[in-house]
Amino acid sequence: MQRRPVHSDRMLGMDNSQIKVKKSDIVLIVALLVGFLAMITVLTLTKSGGAYVVVSVDSVEVAAFSLDQDITYEIKGFDGGSNTLIIQDGKAHLEDSSCPDHLCEHMGKIDKVGQSIICLPNRVVVEIRGAGDDKGFDTISS
Amino acid sequence: MTPRNSSTKKIATYGMMVALALIMSYIEAQIPALIAVPGMKLGLTNIVVVVALYVFGSKSAMFINIIRILLVSFLFGSATSFAFSITGGMLSTVLMIVLKKTGRFSTIGVSAAGGITHNIGQILVAVLLLHTVAVAWYLPILWISGIVSGIIIGLISGLIASRLPESISK
Ligand SMILES: [Zn+2]
Repeated sequence: MQRRPVHSDRMLGMDNSQIKVKKSDIVLIVALLVGFLAMITVLTLTKSGGAYVVVSVDSVEVAAFSLDQDITYEIKGFDGGSNTLIIQDGKAHLEDSSCPDHLCEHMGKIDKVGQSIICLPNRVVVEIRGAGDDKGFDTISS
Repeated sequence: MTPRNSSTKKIATYGMMVALALIMSYIEAQIPALIAVPGMKLGLTNIVVVVALYVFGSKSAMFINIIRILLVSFLFGSATSFAFSITGGMLSTVLMIVLKKTGRFSTIGVSAAGGITHNIGQILVAVLLLHTVAVAWYLPILWISGIVSGIIIGLISGLIASRLPESISK
């Protein structure tokens, strides 16, 4: 098998047998990791306990519930899909979803402001909002 | 080699790369998500794109990726999944082309940046489609998984690109 010459311009940054990691690679990856830490820090510092669960289907808010009350609510999703929203012990999660991937059922239980569970096939977003936030639902339904 | 032969060969090589990318997409679709985060992927198909970028150049990498996304959407996807793939795919391919052109990065840096951009593209579509910024909470996990998978993919792609016989790219 014919090997490529070391300094061919198509082979920028590589030789025949291995990759030459450049200084810029390291700088870039370190910068990206710093960005990650900054993001985590901001999210952790601004995280607070939520008060409401707001359910949206295809960008329209259809229901809102207090996290204090244990409920089971069937969400009628986009295109005939359905999900069951369960609020228990101050946390919300989805069960019995009609979507093919069932990813939404594995997104865990949420209770912090800004956290969300998303079921893309059913276009369902379940989102936690704080006590001071506009519940949204009241204004839309009136 | 005559120009005619070389263009025939080009078509055959691109066809092979597209086919490889399709197989990667299919394999990836069969792997259950380890952590249930929308848009999180191993990025196996990116191996083909990065190899194409370094061995055949910018245009072929872009071409192979567009054809791959179209075919995958027709075969296994939906309009929604197409919107996600094309946004993530185009953003990351353009950025990888630009970074590679600077000549300052190996496949590892290029692919790590591409991995993150791919995931950010998907978040952007989710924000637009669902009209909520709540998905921003998924950004850190998609960011870090983009870096890690990007580095691994970059390493594999670099090794493949450096071992391909010269005859294939001429
Ligand atoms: Zn679902």
